[in-house]
Amino acid sequence: MQVNEFKPKIVAFCCNWCSYAGADLAGNNRLNYPADVKIIRVPCSCRVNPTFILRAFQRGADGVILCGCHPGDCHYTSGNYYTRRRMALLFSMLDYLGIERERTRVEWVSAAEGAKFSTTMNEFVETIKNLGENKRLEDLRCKK
Amino acid sequence: MEKLENIQKEIIRISGVNPKKCMQCGKCSGTCPAYDQMEYHPHQFVSMLKSGDIEPLLKSESIYACLTCFACVDRCPRGVEPAKIIDAVRVIVQREQGKSRLKADGIEKYLDEEIPGQALVTAMRKYNK
Amino acid sequence: MQRIGVFVCWCGTNIAGTVDVSKVSEALKNEPGVVYSTDYQYMCSQAGQDLIKNAVKEHNLTGIVVCSCSPRMHENTFRKTASAAGLNPYMVEIANIREQCSWVHKDIEVGTEKAIILGRAAIAKLHLNAPLTAGESPVTKRALVIGGGIAGIQTALDIAEAGFPVDIVEKQPTIGGKMAQLDKTFPTLDCAACILTPKMVEAGSHEKINIYAYSQVEEVNGFVGNFEVKIRKKARFVKEDLCTGCGICTEKCPQKKVPNEFNLGMDNRSAIYIPFAQAVPKIATIDPNACAKLKTGKCGLCERVCTAKAIDYTQQDQIITEKYGAIVVATGFNPISMDKFDEFAYNQSKDVVTSLEYERIMNAAGPTAGKLLRPSDGKHPHKIVFIQCVGSRCENCAEKGKEYCSKICCMYTAKHAMLTRDKYPDTDVTVFYIDVRTPGKAFDEFYRRAVEDYGVNYVKGMVGKVIPDGDKLIVRGSSLLDNKQLTIEADMVVLAAAIEPDKTARSLATMLTASMDTNDFFTEAHPKLRPVESPTAGVFLSGTCQGPKDIPETVSQAGAAAAKVIGLLAKDKLTGNPCVAEPNQLMCNGCSSCERVCPYGAITYEDKEYRMPDRTTQMRRVASVNPAVCQGCGACTVACPSGAMDLKGFTNKQIMAEVDAICK
Repeated sequence: MQVNEFKPKIVAFCCNWCSYAGADLAGNNRLNYPADVKIIRVPCSCRVNPTFILRAFQRGADGVILCGCHPGDCHYTSGNYYTRRRMALLFSMLDYLGIERERTRVEWVSAAEGAKFSTTMNEFVETIKNLGENKRLEDLRCKK
Repeated sequence: MEKLENIQKEIIRISGVNPKKCMQCGKCSGTCPAYDQMEYHPHQFVSMLKSGDIEPLLKSESIYACLTCFACVDRCPRGVEPAKIIDAVRVIVQREQGKSRLKADGIEKYLDEEIPGQALVTAMRKYNK
Repeated sequence: MQRIGVFVCWCGTNIAGTVDVSKVSEALKNEPGVVYSTDYQYMCSQAGQDLIKNAVKEHNLTGIVVCSCSPRMHENTFRKTASAAGLNPYMVEIANIREQCSWVHKDIEVGTEKAIILGRAAIAKLHLNAPLTAGESPVTKRALVIGGGIAGIQTALDIAEAGFPVDIVEKQPTIGGKMAQLDKTFPTLDCAACILTPKMVEAGSHEKINIYAYSQVEEVNGFVGNFEVKIRKKARFVKEDLCTGCGICTEKCPQKKVPNEFNLGMDNRSAIYIPFAQAVPKIATIDPNACAKLKTGKCGLCERVCTAKAIDYTQQDQIITEKYGAIVVATGFNPISMDKFDEFAYNQSKDVVTSLEYERIMNAAGPTAGKLLRPSDGKHPHKIVFIQCVGSRCENCAEKGKEYCSKICCMYTAKHAMLTRDKYPDTDVTVFYIDVRTPGKAFDEFYRRAVEDYGVNYVKGMVGKVIPDGDKLIVRGSSLLDNKQLTIEADMVVLAAAIEPDKTARSLATMLTASMDTNDFFTEAHPKLRPVESPTAGVFLSGTCQGPKDIPETVSQAGAAAAKVIGLLAKDKLTGNPCVAEPNQLMCNGCSSCERVCPYGAITYEDKEYRMPDRTTQMRRVASVNPAVCQGCGACTVACPSGAMDLKGFTNKQIMAEVDAICK
């Protein structure tokens, strides 16, 4: 029964100053979220090249979530504005590729929003579970 | 009670005013040229709308005293626009059947040389449905 | 190939409670490149650190992965450990298996599985780590203070007292700023000049302080510790080293009808002038827009009467270039223009004045020599109405007023009301207020004294209209508590105008690449924990350029900014963050995309000679990053279309490796 349960692979990019600290706060407050979420620390959300997200899908990720500081609060003043624009473009490209829009998400989580981090992750995993496995972009050559 | 709540929502919808933006400075009432003719003053319209105390406003003569000169709208530092609230209350009262403020046969007593005919027509449009 | 050691921490039961640490350690042993793997109760303890150090030596490790708490907690600890063991501190990666694993998952199997994956990702990243060394840059031990008001003076004095040379740049002919124009200061009512002028003199005569008055900052280059600033010293047409400030020229000058800025145009000065008697530096200045000699060539009276031979009609603007280690912004404020507030009749009647004008009227050195007289007819007013919040807290009228509370108006209005009642008990004073905001030491007591002891009539409400009527002003306002509309016949109306940052601040912010908020106040690096630092390294904030402030707050912030500057200047070298962007210049096509997104101006372009495959040489335009300025956000790495830009410590390959490990 348990063996067949779908375990999505979810990559979360978190900026060092807000969202990563928000994730730490979720931990400090013991706010649970599914273990399917694995966090990668980046200095700023604008460090995330859209190719990283494509790479994740190519390697079999079922969902990618990108978290940064709230607009106007970026540690580097303007980084998350670049993120917002770049992701808007990436979304239309993912549409074109036929990958469900819900599989990629951008969320602003501040260092004080541990609860928001946890609820966002719960919601996101739920969405991905409903969507099921992502096969569209997986590079089959990577699989043996 | 429920009805009053609906009226409150309706006034906010018609006027497009957010009474929560008010910071109770009283500049609207300080500026109102019809202040002395009013039982409830512009700032009270805002605060009573906010608290949901609508009934006295519906019954008040003040809604006809407002000249709609928009001095309060112009000078409000928070952009609350009290005149639009008063106008919305007036519209709601007039929409009720049999509440026409001015009936055609009642005009005769206002007729005199001083009042331009156009003012009477406008008043008729405004206070009769 | 790296030789990697993996160290799994139990953190007591914090991690070991929901993660099977020995299983994690066993599983990670089989990863490529891992030659040693172990677990221990408290890896951050001395014993844990010794364990790491010994393992590094014993197994000849080239890098270590610590599976423990958040890197925000102990990354530095383990970097120091690695350093002590002879490794490069950046050959350390942390897998966060506490905050982001054991604490948020309950099931031990799930937790263990995730911890292994996180460990794997860290190992995959570490394989691509390269030793990094933080760059060092020297510090120029000299500070620049922009603005010579009380904020700038205090900051300069504090820095100079610590032994560092300071330059003050002030655009007016004298330092002193707004405080020099004030009469008394709340809540103690001591006279502003009595407490300010000694500080001005101290700044003017301090051996470590150099004042560039009548000057402006033209250009700022460089970065923290190494700024290069161009200062335009405007021509005074008076030789500064010769002028003794005797003032004969100002008395003899035939052109006496120039509006006096110091008294806000309420009286006149001569074309050659000294702003006020206590000016520092006390040097005359010729106003080129008013001087007949400069305009028409006919006059020259001041030159003839000057015994010091200081007048020089041929003087030109001078550009001074100086190097600084730190810059303090203290550009201050101005009251907003009352032109758009027609309802208060400011432009219709001379008897409607702003609070700063009232301050000059009350000041013994002001246009009326301290006597309370109406500007229109010089009569003594018997009824004065004060209106608060004029232009402050104005939400929808951005072109008219300001959305914020100007903070100081409640207190200075109480001060004005009290002083008026004190000196002229026959004058009736009414204050219209929306709220009286008096949070400060002895502030509320001060306001209550105005009401209770001096009989100032405070009315809760706002004035809607002021109508000039003959020599009276009809003030119509509301009294909300009495639910009444009031009509007052007043002799004078005083408007507590909102304050706004000085207009020059915006262009200065662009020069400094310091950020501003929508109201043109400078933003601080952190609103609570770093309130006197700008997000731009090496730029500090002092006084009202950062937000509305009264004098005590300004002085304490000025001291705080000075302390930060002293801390910076006391260092001989600055160690940077080694995780900075680095272009591969062979791949760079010189398109400037990275330069445009960089929030710090860290990227510049240079022409470099390259040998091409056909053995010719070619000049190519390539990007180069100044590691001392780069803060390592990585915006440029994504903007680069040719993939030439990369971020050390978070390279494209490293992040891809992590992605791959997680998705495996």
